[in-house]
Amino acid sequence: MSLMNWIDQRFPATRVFKEHFSEYYAPKNFNFWYFFGSLALLMLVLQIVTGVLLAMNYKPDADSAFASVEYIMRDVWGGWFVRYMHSTGASFFFIVIYLHMFRGLLYGSYRNPRELIWIFGMVIYIAMMATAFFGYLLPWGQMSYWGAQVIVNLFDTIPWIGPPLAEWLRGDYVISDITLNRFYALHYLVPFLLAALVFLHIVALHKVGSNNPDGVEIKRGPRGNRWSAQAPADGVPFHPYYTVKDIWGMAVFLALFFAVVFFMPEMGGYFLEQPNFEPANPLKTPEHIAPVWYFTPYYAILRAVPSFAGTQVWGVLAMFAALVVFFFLPWLDRSPVSSMRYKGWLSRLAIGVFAISFLVLGYLGTRPPTPQLTLLAQIFTVLYFAYFLLMPWYSRIEKTKPVPERLTR
Amino acid sequence: MTDKPVDNRRRRLLTAATTGMGLAGTAGMLVPFAGSMLPSERAKAAGAPVEVDISGLGPGRQITVEWRGKPVWIIGRSPDDLDFLASMADSLADPDSQAAQQPAYARNPYRSIKREVLVLVGICTHLGCSPQFRPELTADADGAFLCACHGSRFDLAGRVYRNVPAPTNLVVPPHRYVSDNVILIGEDPETA
Repeated sequence: MSLMNWIDQRFPATRVFKEHFSEYYAPKNFNFWYFFGSLALLMLVLQIVTGVLLAMNYKPDADSAFASVEYIMRDVWGGWFVRYMHSTGASFFFIVIYLHMFRGLLYGSYRNPRELIWIFGMVIYIAMMATAFFGYLLPWGQMSYWGAQVIVNLFDTIPWIGPPLAEWLRGDYVISDITLNRFYALHYLVPFLLAALVFLHIVALHKVGSNNPDGVEIKRGPRGNRWSAQAPADGVPFHPYYTVKDIWGMAVFLALFFAVVFFMPEMGGYFLEQPNFEPANPLKTPEHIAPVWYFTPYYAILRAVPSFAGTQVWGVLAMFAALVVFFFLPWLDRSPVSSMRYKGWLSRLAIGVFAISFLVLGYLGTRPPTPQLTLLAQIFTVLYFAYFLLMPWYSRIEKTKPVPERLTR
Repeated sequence: MTDKPVDNRRRRLLTAATTGMGLAGTAGMLVPFAGSMLPSERAKAAGAPVEVDISGLGPGRQITVEWRGKPVWIIGRSPDDLDFLASMADSLADPDSQAAQQPAYARNPYRSIKREVLVLVGICTHLGCSPQFRPELTADADGAFLCACHGSRFDLAGRVYRNVPAPTNLVVPPHRYVSDNVILIGEDPETA
């Protein structure tokens, strides 16, 4: 081990490995929901690797972008495989992140002392949405073009600064070759910011330690386990216990992932939308446009709010509020207990209604707007916000169950 | 080294001045960085006026041309269509075109220079989709233009309906008649 000694005197390799893997003690009762953190990291790496490979053959130019994607699909060795991994990967990344976030809601992982982990996580989520949005313009199909047109125009609705801001973002008066070129640069940039944010997310996590399905702090419990007299009694070393568990989870996950990559990469128009197989036409909007599924809950909220007082900014504000409200969650939850296992029926009802609202809004966002569906979207928008805004009330008044001293299972 | 005691006030002032200069310099750097993302001279120059021959235009017909990268529609209207426009006021948000969405010479009940020819920027005032023209529905309360993106509706003068996402009427671009059958889009009439 003299090589390792030589390195350790110059770089804290062994120390970091011990602190964050072999002597990082995580609660012993992680369940199914705890797969999604490591799966999200797997997806980030896969997206960066496939993305760099695609960039070697893609051309960010309005005249050749669409053709270069078709070139990748038909003429590049394995190009279709890399591209389908990247396009399917985007959707799977969001599936994993939504489940990861739901886990946080379920077990109160955002609560004191984990507020910063939650906030870094939300910034990661928004950076992911930005990356996905920039990336969606690159194939330069009809949906790419008109989707970008609508999203950039969201900024145009802000009074006073909106129009010059939208021009600055586009670098033009409409989405054009100039916009495509800069979106490509940004699509390449943001994932590296994401990687840095993930680093901060994990640094904050390892400072306070992981939450768990019981929401009981193992650091406050008794000390001493098989590996160390000082470590929490209910903790197990992350490596090998959770590295092995996570690798098993990755294998199952990748089996599902590749089933989609190989057999249904378009996912019936939800992962790759049909109008995007037609090159962008700035003079003709497709009959029905909808963003990719992972944006549709917010899109439904945007459409649900009518314009009044001569401006359409209200829908835009509601849409952004639907994201911003997540940041306040650590301070909205006034329950004496963390985990849904010990919360009362009001909290259970609220999280159930919220999950259903999110899914229904997601569905409505994919449909053309009709008066009936708009009314439905308005109802579910109210329910979506009710989950957050009523939380200080229902989390405090409900009767909770007694929390055990130690982890249960 | 001097034996004089440290003058902490002086030291704080120098530290603050140095930090302040550093911040000012960094802020100054942001100007060219952010400025390089503004529309370039080439993008600005692409906004030249466009000439359109409308000799083939009849009622219910639509010609679409590109001006400043946006679709501009020229639409023919029949006398029946024009009569119908007058009866629409109750369903519209801004029937008298109060908002400055048209040049002064097009601020009239038909929102056009010639009654039978309507010129519009074909971009929804909500979030920039291009609405569809539905000539078969011109006399219907559902609107002559429907934006499929978010369900906004406009009548055959580009006036927005009440209670739809779009807040204002469609934009009438500056335009003038070079001759009876030729419109120049992007320039006001010389006498206006």
